[in-house]
Amino acid sequence: MGSIGRPMKRVEDRRLVTGRGEYVDDVPAPGALHVAIVRSTYAHARILGIDATAALALPGVVAVVSAADLGAANGPFPHPTWFPPHPPLAKAVDPFTRPERIWLLAAERARFAGEPVAAVVATDRYLAEDAARAVIVDYEPLPVIATAEQALAPDAPLLNPEWGDNIAVHFVIGAGDVDQAFEDADIVVRRTLRHGRAICTPIECRGVVAIPDRRSGDLSVWSSSQQPHWLRDALERTLRMPGDRIRVVAPDVGGGFGLKSMVYPEELLIPRLALHLKRPVKWIETRRENLASATHTRDQVHEIELAVDRDGTIRGLRDRFVIDGGIGSVESIVVPYTTACHLPLAYRIPTMRIECTVAVTNKAPSAAERGAGRPEAAFALESILDEAALALGMDRAAFRLHNALRIDEMPHDHGILYRDGTPLRLDGGDFRGDMSDALARLDYDTWLAEQAAGRTEGRLLGIGLAGYIEGTGVPPFEAANIRLDPSGRVIVSVGPPSQGQGHQTTLAQIASEYLSVPVELIRVIQGDTYAFPSGGGTIASRVIVVVGNAVAAAAIELREKILAAAGDQLEVAPADLEIRDGSVVAKGAPDVSIALTTLAARVTPGIGRMGSAGPGLEARGGFQPPTVTFGTGFHAAIVEVDPDSGLVTILRYVVVHDCGRLINPAIVDGQVIGGLAQGVGNGLFEELIYDEQGQLLTGTFADYLIPRATDLPTPIVIHKETRSERNPLGVKGVGEAGTVPGAALMLGAVRDALGQAGAGLATVPVTPGRIVTAIQAARAAGVPVGHAG
Amino acid sequence: MSEHAIRVRVNGEDHTETVESRLLLVHFLREVLGLTGTHIGCDTTSCGACTINLDGRAVKSCTLFAVQADGHDIRTIEGLEDGDVLHPLQEGFREQHGLQCGYCTPGMIMAALPLLESNADPDEATIRTAISGNLCRCTGYAQIVTSIQWAAAALRGEVVATDADADPVWQPAAGPPGY
Repeated sequence: MGSIGRPMKRVEDRRLVTGRGEYVDDVPAPGALHVAIVRSTYAHARILGIDATAALALPGVVAVVSAADLGAANGPFPHPTWFPPHPPLAKAVDPFTRPERIWLLAAERARFAGEPVAAVVATDRYLAEDAARAVIVDYEPLPVIATAEQALAPDAPLLNPEWGDNIAVHFVIGAGDVDQAFEDADIVVRRTLRHGRAICTPIECRGVVAIPDRRSGDLSVWSSSQQPHWLRDALERTLRMPGDRIRVVAPDVGGGFGLKSMVYPEELLIPRLALHLKRPVKWIETRRENLASATHTRDQVHEIELAVDRDGTIRGLRDRFVIDGGIGSVESIVVPYTTACHLPLAYRIPTMRIECTVAVTNKAPSAAERGAGRPEAAFALESILDEAALALGMDRAAFRLHNALRIDEMPHDHGILYRDGTPLRLDGGDFRGDMSDALARLDYDTWLAEQAAGRTEGRLLGIGLAGYIEGTGVPPFEAANIRLDPSGRVIVSVGPPSQGQGHQTTLAQIASEYLSVPVELIRVIQGDTYAFPSGGGTIASRVIVVVGNAVAAAAIELREKILAAAGDQLEVAPADLEIRDGSVVAKGAPDVSIALTTLAARVTPGIGRMGSAGPGLEARGGFQPPTVTFGTGFHAAIVEVDPDSGLVTILRYVVVHDCGRLINPAIVDGQVIGGLAQGVGNGLFEELIYDEQGQLLTGTFADYLIPRATDLPTPIVIHKETRSERNPLGVKGVGEAGTVPGAALMLGAVRDALGQAGAGLATVPVTPGRIVTAIQAARAAGVPVGHAG
Repeated sequence: MSEHAIRVRVNGEDHTETVESRLLLVHFLREVLGLTGTHIGCDTTSCGACTINLDGRAVKSCTLFAVQADGHDIRTIEGLEDGDVLHPLQEGFREQHGLQCGYCTPGMIMAALPLLESNADPDEATIRTAISGNLCRCTGYAQIVTSIQWAAAALRGEVVATDADADPVWQPAAGPPGY
C-alpha cells in the first residue's frame, strides 16, 4: 500500500508531546546576553536624544545601543520582503507601489507606538528590562495619522514627506464593460464593509538567538521564522558578510500564520549585536511587543456594489477598497492584489472593476495573515451577495447556486490576472457542487423552518453561507535533495521550514510513495540554510504543491539511480527491477535481490566504488509551478444570537473543501479546522483597536481575543478531491483555505439572525457590543429584531 | 532584590535553590531547572502555554513566583512519561492529531491531566471548559478534544495506541558496510 492518502501519525509528535521540542527560546546559548528593546511610546515623534547614562549604571548592563551607535549599519536598507510586481503584471496592470525600507532602530523619527528605538543588552532579561525602563528618550511629538481616512485627506500630515502623499499602493483591475453592465442591470446594491485590523498571534511570539563563532567569525542565527533563507539573504546584505558564513535555522516554530514570513528589524539587530559584542545574544518577544510591533493585517474598507437582474443573474461587480497599511505594506502588493483578484471567488461575474489603495498611517506595518487578502475578498463579496439576495427577495442559497460556477464550466477565466501576471483561470473544482453539498449536510431547509419557528419563541437563529477559492502553490520554484544512506535510511532536505504543518510527515509520505521505503525510515530536514541553501519560505499554502512535487521529482530520480546501481550489481536490466521490503528485487525472480543498505554502501563515496549511478545514491529534484492551482470550498453555519448579551453561539458548522489529492487526511483536517477557527476569530472576536493618538488599546490577550475551545463547535468536514492538473502529484495547498470564508460567514449569519435589525451591521468582528448596539437602535426605531422569514 | 532559598519537588525530584524574589515560576522551571517543555505565550495568564500542575491542580506558571512554589509539588510535561512509555494523554495527542506546532501542547496536556484524574469520561462540553484557559492557534481545538477523549478511553482500558505508521523505529543496519 502506498503512503500517500493515509492519515499517518506524525513523526514530529513524540518530541513535541514530551516537552522535547526545540523552539527558539529553548536553543542552548551558553553565556548569552539578553536584550530588552526600548520601544517608542509615541505613534509619531521626532527623537531628539537618548540618555542611557542611568541605564548603563545598573547591574548587569553591557550596552545600550541606539541608531546613532550603529551608524550606517542601522540602515535604512531596502525592505527584505518588499519586491516589485512581477514583470507581466507590471506590464499589464502597472500597479503603483512604493519601495519600503527598514531600519534596525528608529533613527530621527519613530513612526508607530512600539517601534524599536534602543536595545539594552544585559546579562539576563530581568536586568535588561530594568535598564530599559531607565533609558530616557527625548521625544518631540508629531501629528499622528491615526486612520486610513485621515491619511488620504487632502491636508493630511505626511508619514514620508518625500512621497508627497500617504499612498503606498494603488491599482485598478477589471474585466468587461462594467459600467454598461451597471446601466443595463435591473438593480444595483451597495454596501460599505469594514474588516477590522487583525494580527496572526502564533502562540509562540517571535525570537532570535545569534551566536558568533569566536574563531572563524561565522555566525549562527536561530529565528522563529517562516523565511530563514530570506533572513540569511537579508543578513548578508545588512551585515555585509558572505551568506555562506551565516547559518540561519528556523527550529521548531510555534506557529506562524504569515506573521513570521517577514524579516523584522529585530532579526537584523540581534545578529548585529552578537557580532559587535562577540557574544551570543538573545531576544525573545513578549506578547505586548508582538501585538504592537509584529505585522498587522486585514484592515480594509470596501465600497462594493453589485449589479443584478431580477432573475438573480449577476451582471457586474464594482469595488473600491482602502487598506490601512500602517507604516508600510512591507510585502508590497501581495495582500492588496490577492484581495482584488480573489474578489469574484468562483461566481459567474462577467464584468468587474476593482480599485485598491493602501494608505500609510502611524501603526505597525502590514502584511499577510493566513489567507493573505482572500478572507477580506470573501468577506466583501459574500456580504454583498447577501444584500443582493435580500434586495431581490430571493433565497440566499438559491441566489448563490444560480451564480456559482459548475465543474463543467472549468477551466474558467475571470478575465483578470493573477498576481504572477498570468490569466486568472480556475483550474477545476466543483464550486457549485461544494455549495450544494454543504447546504445538504447543513440541512439548510430544516434550519430555515427552525429559524422561523425560533423567531416566534424569541430565539435569534441565523444562517451563514460563504465560499472560497484559493490560489495555492505560488512560484518561485523549489528543490529537494534526497539520498539513500548506507544505514538504509532516506534523508530528504528542503528549504522551507515548518510551523506545525507536519511536513516532516507529509514530505516523507511522498518520498515513501515513490521509493517504496517506509515512512519511518525517511527523515526530512528543513528550515536550515546549512542543510539546504535555498528556499522561498513556508507561505501562501505553497509547500505541499511546490516542495511536495520537488520531493516527488527527487524521489523518482533517486529510484532510477537505485535501480541502475542495483542493475550493475545484479546484472539485471533496471527496468526489470523493483524496490520492495528494503531490497531491490528482480521482478518475477525474488531470489535475485540486493538489500538497499548493501547497495548504498557499495556505491557511497568514501566506502564504495563509483558506478554508473555516479557519486552516491543521491538526487536532486525541482518543481516549477506554471502558476497557482485553485482550491475551492464552501462553509455553512448556524448561529444563535443572545439578544441581551450579544453573544454568538455557533450551533453547527459545515465545511466542504477541495484541495485536490490528499497526502495525509488527518493533517488536512487539522489545517481546515484550524483555519476556520482563525476565520471565526476574524468574524467574531479579533480586533486591534487604536485611539486617535495612535496608541494600541488591545495590547494583551485579555483585550485581543482569539477563539477559545468554548467559542467553537466541532465542525463537520467533507473532503473532496478534484486533482490539480497543474502538478504531477495533483495536489492543491490547504494551509489557508479554512480561514477564507470565516469573517463573511459570521457577519452573514449574525445579520441573518437579526433580520431587519441587522441591516446596519457591516463590520467584522461582529462583536457583542456591535450586536447589542444594533438591537438597541432597532428597538428604539421600532424595527423588529429577528429574521424576517 | 532579596533572595530566598526554596525547596520544590518537581516531577518527583526535590530541588533546593536560591532564587530572587521576583523570579517567575516559569523561568525557574525553564532556566534554573532546564525544563523547557513549559512554554510562555502571553505573560498575562491568558494563553495557558505555561500550565503546570501544582499539588495536582492546573496552574499557570507565568503568574506565580518561584518562591510561592516553596514546599509544593510540581509536575511538568517532562514528568508524564513512564520510562519510554508515553502517558495516555501524550499518546492521545499523537493518535488524534491533537497538535500542530506543538507550542501550546504541554500546557494543554497539563490542563487536561487534572480533569481526567477527577473525571473518567468527560463529555465534549466538559473538556472544552477544562481547556478554555488554554489558547491554541493551530488546531481549532476539535482534534484536541478528541485527543483528550482518546486518553480518557485509554485510561479506562478501552483503546490502545496503534503503533507503526510514521513512528521512527530505526535500527542501525547490521552487517559490514562497503565492498
